[in-house]
Amino acid sequence: MDREMAIEVRDLVKRFGSFTANDRLTFDVYKGEIFGFLGANGAGKTTAMRILCGLSRPTSGRVTVAGIDSGNPEAIKRRIGYMSQRFSLYEDLTVNENLELYGGIYGMTMKEIRQRREELLQRLSFTGYCETLIQALPLGLRQKLAFAVAVFHEPEIVFLDEPTSGVDPVTRRQFWEMIYETASRGMTVFVTTHYMDEAEYCDRITIMSEGRIVALDSPSALREQHGTASVEELFVKIARPKNTNS
Amino acid sequence: MAAVEALNITHRYGRVTALDDISFNVNEGELFGFIGPDGAGKTTLFRIAATLIIPAGGRMTLFGLNTVSRYRELRNHIGYMPGRFSLYQDLTVEENLNFYATIFGTTIKENYHLIELIYKQIEPFRKRQAGRLSGGMKQKLALSCALIHKPGILILDEPTTGVDAVSRTEFWEMLANLKSEGITIIVSTPYMDEALRCDRIALIQKGKLLAIDTPFNIRSSYARKLYAVSHPDRYRLLIALRSLPQVITSEPFGDSVHVVLRDDVLPPEVKKALEETGLHGVSIAGTMPGIEDVFLELMQKEQ
Amino acid sequence: MKRFMAFVRKEFLHIFRDVRTLIILFGIPATQILIFGYAVRTDLKNASIAVLDNAHDDVSNDLILKLEASDFFTISNRLNSYDDIDATFKKGKIKAVVIFPEDLAALLTRDGHATVSIIADASEPNTASLVTGYTSGILNDYSAALTKHITTGLPVISPEVRMYFNPNLESHFMFVPGVITLILIMVSALMTSVAIVREKESGTMEVLLVSPLKPWQIIVGKVAPYFFLSLVNIIVILLMAWFVFKLPVRGSIALLIAECMLYILMGLSFGILISTIVDKMENAIIITFMVLLLPGLLLSGFIFPIENMPKVYDYLSAILPPRWFIEIIRPIMIKGAGFVYVWKETLILAGMTLFLIVLSARKFKVRLEESSG
Repeated sequence: MDREMAIEVRDLVKRFGSFTANDRLTFDVYKGEIFGFLGANGAGKTTAMRILCGLSRPTSGRVTVAGIDSGNPEAIKRRIGYMSQRFSLYEDLTVNENLELYGGIYGMTMKEIRQRREELLQRLSFTGYCETLIQALPLGLRQKLAFAVAVFHEPEIVFLDEPTSGVDPVTRRQFWEMIYETASRGMTVFVTTHYMDEAEYCDRITIMSEGRIVALDSPSALREQHGTASVEELFVKIARPKNTNS
Repeated sequence: MAAVEALNITHRYGRVTALDDISFNVNEGELFGFIGPDGAGKTTLFRIAATLIIPAGGRMTLFGLNTVSRYRELRNHIGYMPGRFSLYQDLTVEENLNFYATIFGTTIKENYHLIELIYKQIEPFRKRQAGRLSGGMKQKLALSCALIHKPGILILDEPTTGVDAVSRTEFWEMLANLKSEGITIIVSTPYMDEALRCDRIALIQKGKLLAIDTPFNIRSSYARKLYAVSHPDRYRLLIALRSLPQVITSEPFGDSVHVVLRDDVLPPEVKKALEETGLHGVSIAGTMPGIEDVFLELMQKEQ
Repeated sequence: MKRFMAFVRKEFLHIFRDVRTLIILFGIPATQILIFGYAVRTDLKNASIAVLDNAHDDVSNDLILKLEASDFFTISNRLNSYDDIDATFKKGKIKAVVIFPEDLAALLTRDGHATVSIIADASEPNTASLVTGYTSGILNDYSAALTKHITTGLPVISPEVRMYFNPNLESHFMFVPGVITLILIMVSALMTSVAIVREKESGTMEVLLVSPLKPWQIIVGKVAPYFFLSLVNIIVILLMAWFVFKLPVRGSIALLIAECMLYILMGLSFGILISTIVDKMENAIIITFMVLLLPGLLLSGFIFPIENMPKVYDYLSAILPPRWFIEIIRPIMIKGAGFVYVWKETLILAGMTLFLIVLSARKFKVRLEESSG
């Protein structure tokens, strides 16, 4: 398969003193893909995420994000979006004000902001809420808006951290539809999560354990390979660390 | 005698109704789950059960004792684990456990057999401060602390939130173990897939119970035949399915789309219709509805 | 009781594991004492004084020589009449005037004692008290030497000290009562309210409430360590004041400690009351700061001399416990006043404390606040 790469990781090693958090990771994430990144607590997931987001540098190995080498984190940061499991919106600002703020942070002009805002609010059928304070929005809408904010500056890759943990099934489906739609427009979606049913929504998933990648494929292929009924079962089977000191 | 009896429990915060006329029974020795998203009212309900909140309406008894008037006696028999693991971050594993044992008037030694299986896994780190434990270890320590006084009932509010899948699986195994010791357990979780671990579950949404039954019965209550449709390009598949007149509902579900067809429609017909829109290689197979499918259906019915 | 002791033990563990708490508890009192102490301490060296020698006899000459010989003083003026005193002081260079009575030697031989007046410029109270102290010292040495030679009677030259400009000598050493007032608020009210609210934030309070611990056990268990540490703090402050700056407590130490305990009790109940109202540590800190710490700071004399404060503040401050506490311990420490002089203020403080205890006990719930669900 010869597809355009969004993220290329080659022999990534990250050490903290004598502790190796990431041990020779090698993987690719394709453009427009929904890529799931799984691992137990302390498996090295967060460390790798931080390197991909330009927040930390690898000890050795080569990491390219959106075509940019990890040696240039500032340029990487401009080309990615990020949404954490906690709402990254200012509760005491309105929907419009939040979008203006994030657009401003990423150096968009007021004209661009307005134009893209209209587009976005139409697409999310959010137009009635422009002047509503975030704290007055229902939980489900906030979640969707948080995502919209993360992709507002049209990044090449968006990182999502447990995006649908704790939301109701209806909102959750709407959320994944948004992600599908975004990916179908060519944006790469990188999801980290603890929740294996969330992983099932990804095109491909990688499972980390003790600093290494122990599985990488589509959920259905992995289920077949390991003869398990769900990713959850698969995860417990292969990601259980040998010692509990994690 | 039922371990928990709740009758018409209602509770409000200001103008917001957190719990709306909730009634249920939990049998002694049962592992009973409340399944629902954040903000459904699970925490409020559990605080009422733990004698921490007086409900605005209705009444709840644990082992026949009213949670409002007999709270003093009840507090000796409740093992409560609030949403955030209630540990002292600056105390060590051992100090935390010792502290909770002493304030409940017991010792670690006396009830060690109850927590042994769980505590053994974190015992190597007993000199470590709780704040420096991983999520899974904190969870095990918090459960040990809630168990150390041999409570008749465990009230666990979202014990698996923020904990990795391995620890969560271990945690549910521990609960099954405790159940076999005769301890009644009520537990809440926003994760639908965890429902299958419980004897009986209640689906809760916006302060209302949508259903109470065994996980199997709840899944069987799904009224229609459900199909899982899959294709590598899920977004196109979803759009195409939504455009078909043969399809009643289509919802993304993991790596497939769960579809309900009109009664007179069979899968091959849908496959053909999809091919006409340019989607080839689609697979359609009947599937057993999950708890989430039922939840979705019940939520849509409510609305 | 065992449960209760386990609780108190846990509280001490919290305190001793948290560097920030330790700094607030012990670092801040020490630095405050040192900062304020060194800020007001000036070594007395060659201070200019004037003499008004009405006697011109052997004794007065001897004494003038002795004053001159000491490193402490330089006699830069010799005055001729009482009328010169005021003008000399107003020029500002002279720290004190020593006045010898007309028939000094004669009085000594006839009556066995005489009085030498020392008038000090008390607009700099610290220097004034040093000057009068050293002068009195020299006079005492001299009269002690005299008594060795003369066996009949006891000729003593007693100094009579008077202050110019600031007759009550409102000493800069008032900072010690001020520091005590502030530190006790910090340790008792602030630290306890924060410690209780922290348990609310971390969710451990929920479990404590569900446990068979009685509410009073939770509360007393939380505050007992801070009561103890507050007492330790007072002792540390007093010892530092004594050893580093030679500041004695003039009144009864027992009375002082007893009054402090009353004040600590007030602070603790205030802390508990705050913790029943707020759910966030920041709010606990802000309220304590606004209601107790800030008034304490303003009234302690660090910033404004009390006597210069507008009357309005005087009335406003009447409802604030720190004001009364300062009015109790200042006379005890500086003037050596006994209980008779401060019983009214003590009664007021006790009343306030009782009020706060009752109020906080009633507000403390065996359940969760309704708003926290």
